[in-house]
Amino acid sequence: MANKKKLPSTFPNMLIVLTVVALVSALALAFTYTATKDARELAKLKKTLKALEKVLPEFNNQPNDEKYSVSGYEELEFYPAKKDGNRVGTAIKTYSDAGFGERIWIMAGFDTNNKIINTWVVEQKETPGLGTKMKDAKFRDQFSGKDPATFKIEVKKDGGDVDAITAATISSRAFCEALERAYLALTKGEKQ
Amino acid sequence: MSFGKELYRGIIKENPVLVLLLGMCPTLAVTGSAINGLGMGAAAAVVLLSSNVVISLLKNLIPDKVRIPVFIVVIASFVTVIDLVMAGYTPELHEELGIFIPLIVVNCIILGRAEAFASKNKLLDSLVDGVVMGLGFTIALTVLGSIREILGAGSIFGWKFVSEEASTVLLFILPPGAFIALGFLIAVVNKLAKQKA
Repeated sequence: MANKKKLPSTFPNMLIVLTVVALVSALALAFTYTATKDARELAKLKKTLKALEKVLPEFNNQPNDEKYSVSGYEELEFYPAKKDGNRVGTAIKTYSDAGFGERIWIMAGFDTNNKIINTWVVEQKETPGLGTKMKDAKFRDQFSGKDPATFKIEVKKDGGDVDAITAATISSRAFCEALERAYLALTKGEKQ
Repeated sequence: MSFGKELYRGIIKENPVLVLLLGMCPTLAVTGSAINGLGMGAAAAVVLLSSNVVISLLKNLIPDKVRIPVFIVVIASFVTVIDLVMAGYTPELHEELGIFIPLIVVNCIILGRAEAFASKNKLLDSLVDGVVMGLGFTIALTVLGSIREILGAGSIFGWKFVSEEASTVLLFILPPGAFIALGFLIAVVNKLAKQKA
């Protein structure tokens, strides 16, 4: 049909066509990258802010701007919450590699007495329908108001006080490990 | 050719997933819920439509010997654009679909339509082909996702219609359920296609 008009496969033709196509798409990508940059950063920020709101008591500072880390637990992020200048709690973004999928990130809120206020799953790739239940309030609520000094953050199977999710003991263990890490960092780590 | 006939071709007679059995990897992997199926289908459909249009426009400028690299560059560009846009505006869906968005690049439906249709047909026909094939893909994934979500989680598009304690058929959320549900869906569509033909 259109074949008679088709560009023959000579070396210069191929070189020019491929180069031009690659250049045009590079330009298009660079443009989209710049155009969506703000939106992508905003989406990321919103996610953190939502988690902070869930796990902290009422605050009126900007914990996200004051985040710090402690020695020995460099990968954990600390978000201090203040109300009218007084410290009311700390949110810690903590992780575990013990899950079924990739690294799990959770946000844990502690009050000034190191008691758990609330927890929130920031990122997880657990088995849908099983491990993903760690996001449900039913599982997370058992930690709220507990003091890890007396409430052993380990599943009952391992001798702790935590009710594991049915058929998702590994995910539950990973959640506990992340939370325990946050508590240790909070009590043992030194502010840098 | 009428649009209605084309639509029937894309959704039933030559449905890319259920009849041509192309793009099995995302089909089986991301259809754990209806919204994931719909999101994946829509993302792939947009890429398919855009690449069909561009390739149809460029078909006379592309030397035969380098047509596949050119197709891939065009498709990969659209996929990356979709990936960036989704990361910015639908972050939750983007996270859920994860690696399967970048993997649209190697989705054989898209390269298949580029090679078999868009590079040989006029702009308007390629556009229509992109629309109907994209719809066929999206509908197949959404239906499969819905079946799995209803049976496996007792909900549809995230709206739960059974109590929190009800025991659902978890198998359907897990990978084997994808194969089982897909098998039945293919049987139904084959029956439909035979009846009408």
